[in-house]
Amino acid sequence: MNGQVLSLVTSRLATTLVTLLIVSFAVFFATSMLPGDTAAILLGQAATPEAVAGLRKAMHLNDPAIIRYLRWIGGLFYGDLGTSYANNMPVAQLIGGRFVNSMKLAGVTTLFSVPLALLFGITAAMFRGSLYDRVVTFFTIGLISVPEFMVATSAVLIFSVYLKWLPALAFANEIHSFGELLRVFAMPVITLTFVVAAQMVRMTRAAVIETLNTPYVEMALLKGASRPRLVLRHALPNALGPIVNAMALSLSYLLGGVIIVETIFNYPGIAKLMVDAVATRDLPLVQSCAMIFCLGFLILTTFADIVAILANPRLR
Amino acid sequence: MKNTTTNWTPTDDAMIENAIRRGATRRELLQMMLAGGVTLAASSAILGRSGAALAATPVKGGALKAAGTSASTADTLDPAKASLSTDYVRICAFYNRLTFLDKSGTAQMELADSFDTKDAKVWTVKLKKDVTFHDGKTLSSADVVYSLNRHLDPSVGSKVAKIAKQIASVKAIDKNTVEITLDQPNADLPTILGMHHFMIVAEGTTDFSKGNGTGAFTVEHFEPGVRSVGLKNKNYFKSSGANVDSFEFFAISDETARVNALLAGDIHLANSINPRSMRLVEAQNGFQLSRTSSGGYTNLNIRLDLSPGDKAGFIEGMKYLVNREQIQKSVLRGMADIGNDQPISPANPYYNANLKAKAFDPDKAKHLFEKAGVLGQSIPIVASEAADDSIEMAVVIQQAGADIGMKFDVQRVPSDGYWDKYWLVAPIHFGNINPRPTPDILFSLLYGTEAPWNESQYKDQKFDKMLHEARGLLDQAKRKEIYDEMQVMVSENAGTIIPAYMANVDALSGKVKGLEPNPLGGMMGYAFAEYVWLEA
Repeated sequence: MNGQVLSLVTSRLATTLVTLLIVSFAVFFATSMLPGDTAAILLGQAATPEAVAGLRKAMHLNDPAIIRYLRWIGGLFYGDLGTSYANNMPVAQLIGGRFVNSMKLAGVTTLFSVPLALLFGITAAMFRGSLYDRVVTFFTIGLISVPEFMVATSAVLIFSVYLKWLPALAFANEIHSFGELLRVFAMPVITLTFVVAAQMVRMTRAAVIETLNTPYVEMALLKGASRPRLVLRHALPNALGPIVNAMALSLSYLLGGVIIVETIFNYPGIAKLMVDAVATRDLPLVQSCAMIFCLGFLILTTFADIVAILANPRLR
Repeated sequence: MKNTTTNWTPTDDAMIENAIRRGATRRELLQMMLAGGVTLAASSAILGRSGAALAATPVKGGALKAAGTSASTADTLDPAKASLSTDYVRICAFYNRLTFLDKSGTAQMELADSFDTKDAKVWTVKLKKDVTFHDGKTLSSADVVYSLNRHLDPSVGSKVAKIAKQIASVKAIDKNTVEITLDQPNADLPTILGMHHFMIVAEGTTDFSKGNGTGAFTVEHFEPGVRSVGLKNKNYFKSSGANVDSFEFFAISDETARVNALLAGDIHLANSINPRSMRLVEAQNGFQLSRTSSGGYTNLNIRLDLSPGDKAGFIEGMKYLVNREQIQKSVLRGMADIGNDQPISPANPYYNANLKAKAFDPDKAKHLFEKAGVLGQSIPIVASEAADDSIEMAVVIQQAGADIGMKFDVQRVPSDGYWDKYWLVAPIHFGNINPRPTPDILFSLLYGTEAPWNESQYKDQKFDKMLHEARGLLDQAKRKEIYDEMQVMVSENAGTIIPAYMANVDALSGKVKGLEPNPLGGMMGYAFAEYVWLEA
């Protein structure tokens, strides 16, 4: 790794940190502007003006926003996510198990969707314009256009209600064997794979085709390289940057954007936890979830950018 | 069955079954069915089937799985803080109350052996003997004193603190006797103490995560916002005990997903089924619906102190313009009883059956709007998903208005923050009231001058006086008379239009038996876990 690469990577990491700080600011003030008073929502029917005032004081809700922000960000810095307003449990404890569940789902989905997307994307590019390419294109565009609640609900209707092959609900904490794991994860993973893989197939195909059109690939062709060698040895390494970027963008969705899948399969993941937290105005929980989603997104895109930098032959 | 009758669906079966439970005679039922075009031969077959469902003997064993509508990290096993159906289901399984409201809304003794009073002010409660908590401790009067006093402690944050405030003191007389003194007479005390929040916990309990109660199940697993599992309590004081060995409860907030989970066989029971999904459930073999007339309702509130509600004749006009029958039939798909603009439902013993709902009469409404000088103006009505079916109801009213030249501007607002920002605030908006067991609670909460939720700002000193008087009366006939008149007053003078009392519809697998309607809500007043059984 030479000096130029090092400085590019360092500046990319610095950008990530600054972005994270800006996001934390935005998350904090956006959630503070949610309508409805936290204390009043927590007290429900028992909310008398005195009780609300007392609770607001106890929860430091009367402090200026900037003080509350600094206290929060300071806590985050030391790994303290705060205490939930709704049930007084540490936020870290509430998030813990749910986060693991989300990571499991995201992991299994990645394991399936990435190889599938690469396979279809690259082969479609290799046989561009053929019947095979057109079939792949037709299905990926079709899947991108169908909203995931439609995919998920149809899957439940077909495989659970009519065929009774798979459970309609996915309980991550009831898995004792590999068979059970497959049964429980089957439908959520299929649904998510449909959604994310379709995007990745399109982007991979476009990136590979673009490099196939460059002069050096033409040169390799003229020198008599076989088609697979042309694609895998000459074109693919140069298309790696955009492909990894597309994958990172699609996969970052798996952490926070899967609320519909979690809702339909009743999967106890972190996205649903955040939606619940918004409903109860549990701000420490909402803010921590938002930061986790943001962090996941930044890690993936930063990773993709670094891979793109390292894969760039001009910097080697 | 469908071969011999026309238009007869399992929904109608459920209706008949419900009527039998409410005590309708065979003759009345036959009339009901003949009116619906069912032949005499077919109707006796229906009656036979509905009756058979009620007379079966419980089967022991099995693991019951049920799903409710909402769960969050705020889920709790503390009865005082319980706020949603998921909490109610859990606390009903793990704890007991002093009394239990049966299907007719009458208080039956549960942990209490008897409730005695001379003046409805000082009550002597005898407790059952040999009742033990899950941790082995025997129930004594100290536990009851502790449990009731918790509601009076502001730091507990009890949801029924306002209702409990009338308790002036709770004393233990001896090991099994408690004396409850109220600050003023209230003959409803046994019914009030049958509400979910008044479950009895062990003296000194501050950590509720163990759910240490006297109930039919012990806590095996409880994860807020995710699920809970209860195991049958082997030492339960009721000899019958629970029928199932274990039950699991969680929430599936998406209604379609809830119905699908039931149809796929993942759960046995799903509550709060939308009228729109009912046909889907009925179309499948081996599934049925249970309808509970619990008396909850969605109502149109017109504030009497703001324009246009303050203009003479406007509210009366609106009462004629609301097409109750259409709301009951099309918006609520028949899963409701027509309402007569007062909060007590037909399922309640105090319901005034002589008070008729206002008929749909657009001409009369038009005349009244003209008199009020509002005809032709555009009047906003605030509706939201937050108040069940209110958007559909608003549209029905808007259509009726359009026919007589009255423009209603239906403002659909988000559920989030609805109860803070619009309810009780906007001049015309929708409310959504959960069922309550006694007229006194409903009137004090919604119509008294001091009522915290006085939706239309109805104020009447005579009404307040009657409310106070009826509260302390032990003479049931006299009491009914007063409540009858109060229902007429509210119906005529308040700005709340109650088009229909909604039924709660639960969907269940054909394997689940023994589920009965209960006035405290769906799923047998949320206490189903102890009573239902699973047929092999």
